[in-house]
Amino acid sequence: MPAPIDESQVRHIAHLARIKLTDAEVAAFGAQFANILKHFETLSEVNTDGVEPTAHPLPITNVLRDDEPVEPIGVEAALANAPARETPYFKVPKVLDQETA
Amino acid sequence: MQIKPIIGLEIHVQLATRTKMFCACPLEFAAEPNSRTCPVCLGMPGTLPVMNRTALEYSIKAGIALGGRIARFSKWDRKSYYYPDMPKNYQISQYDLPICSEGSFEIPKPDGSTRPVGIIRAHLEEDAGKNLHEGLDHTRVDLNRAGTPLLEIVTKPDIQDADEAYSFCVELQRLVQWLGISEANMQKGQMRFEPNVNVAITDGGVEYRTPISEVKNLNSFRSVRLAIAYEINRQVEAWKADHDYTLAKKGKMNFGWNDAKEATEFQRGKEESHDYRYFPDPDLVPVTVDDATLARLGAEVGELPLARQRRFIDTYGMTAKDCEVILADRATSELYDDAIAQVADAKLLTKQFVGIWNHLASARQSTIAGLGVPQVSVVELAKIVADGTISASAAMQVAEKLCEKGGSALEIAQSAGLIQERDESAMQAWIDQAFTENPQAVADALSDNPKKSKAAPGFLRGQVMKISQGKADPKLTGELIEKKILSLKC
Ligand SMILES: [Zn+2]
Repeated sequence: MPAPIDESQVRHIAHLARIKLTDAEVAAFGAQFANILKHFETLSEVNTDGVEPTAHPLPITNVLRDDEPVEPIGVEAALANAPARETPYFKVPKVLDQETA
Repeated sequence: MQIKPIIGLEIHVQLATRTKMFCACPLEFAAEPNSRTCPVCLGMPGTLPVMNRTALEYSIKAGIALGGRIARFSKWDRKSYYYPDMPKNYQISQYDLPICSEGSFEIPKPDGSTRPVGIIRAHLEEDAGKNLHEGLDHTRVDLNRAGTPLLEIVTKPDIQDADEAYSFCVELQRLVQWLGISEANMQKGQMRFEPNVNVAITDGGVEYRTPISEVKNLNSFRSVRLAIAYEINRQVEAWKADHDYTLAKKGKMNFGWNDAKEATEFQRGKEESHDYRYFPDPDLVPVTVDDATLARLGAEVGELPLARQRRFIDTYGMTAKDCEVILADRATSELYDDAIAQVADAKLLTKQFVGIWNHLASARQSTIAGLGVPQVSVVELAKIVADGTISASAAMQVAEKLCEKGGSALEIAQSAGLIQERDESAMQAWIDQAFTENPQAVADALSDNPKKSKAAPGFLRGQVMKISQGKADPKLTGELIEKKILSLKC
């Protein structure tokens, strides 16, 4: 049995994804996390000694494209699905400056 | 008490590709916001990123030039974070298999020697978009920059002081421009720096290490130097006030840079930002690099600027100042290097590059090679000055014409009447005229006053040049004047 996921871990993951959870949701997701981890526990029973780690399931490499520009879709199309806009910008709630890279 | 700074640098260099890293949107500085976007760089569900071959090759070239090991097998990873400048909620980067690792880069020291700085890794990644919130109660997002190819270079903490960090950054800029893999334009934010700084303090036989400060997002060489110097000083003072101010007790801290105050500023609440939960990107297949590709790119990298500089100094007797001009860019240094094989006089060619060609290039805001004057003309101009066909000062006029409309340097000199006269009878006539018109100078030349008799021949030579409209060969003129004075003395 994997260690149960405690409430603070659920809240931490939710915070990283900027998702607000109710107490009931924290409890429900905690249980679901535990199930997912249990599933991986089962996978870890397979003996993988001597098996190379897989970076990608397909046996292909180097899918590359030439450095040739294609006409972009345009501001109107880019903003078409945005819940809020201030043309030509996307408009989102104020965020604090934080490191991004 | 002994103080030893420990400095490492993380540098982001924007690659000079035409399109983004994983989509074909054109890269263009200061374009209308969000006008250079597509479903891939907007992070729409169901889209598939495809690697830019040129970006990959540029990163390999950088890796070779940094003396690193190029990964024959590398892959892409998702670095998860949630922020509106990256709408997919992850950045595509390289985590455990960077394209280049374990390099070493030589930087120049003020005394003319060089010193290697270790390179831990260099990897490819995509840039984020821009959030704008100045003076607003909300945030505006522009995703034109999202997906721009970046090379992140991480040095070992080998750098000894702020000046050395400065020269590392300058030399790296020269390298990437030299290789043609980045414009590395600071004003356009194409090179960004994050120094990691702490200090080893030895006091009473015990070594203390101050907490590591990571100074975020510096975008000028000057701010790199100032921020590091500021941090070293601040950390030593903080430790003096509290000997518990150590890496072991306080960990690593993030700082911003206030350019107006010229001071670093502590940034709170960053601890969790390193919780990036990297995992391999299932949308992108791995990258392999074969021998042929590595050999081809290695040949394109060629001789590095610092090595070429050393060769030019040793072989052609250049000064550091000459190097600044002639090695300012790769094409100019190659123009020189190719021309020198056909010009016997290296000093003369160097002088023409630093004087004439550099002058014309600056006036046209171009590089010397960018003037478009073919190598054969550069060689010809040096030759006709070397053999006395035209004077060194006439060369400027000829060079100007060569820039404007090209052609043969000799023919330009002929049609502009710049060919020096070396026919003795023609010259003798000019000299006689100069002597007749300047009896005082002749008297001075013949006088016993050593000051006057020394200055007069030079004056007379100037008069001959004037009468001949610059056509008289100055060396021969001088000789003939001396001869005439001598004959008058007898
Ligand atoms: Zn795009």
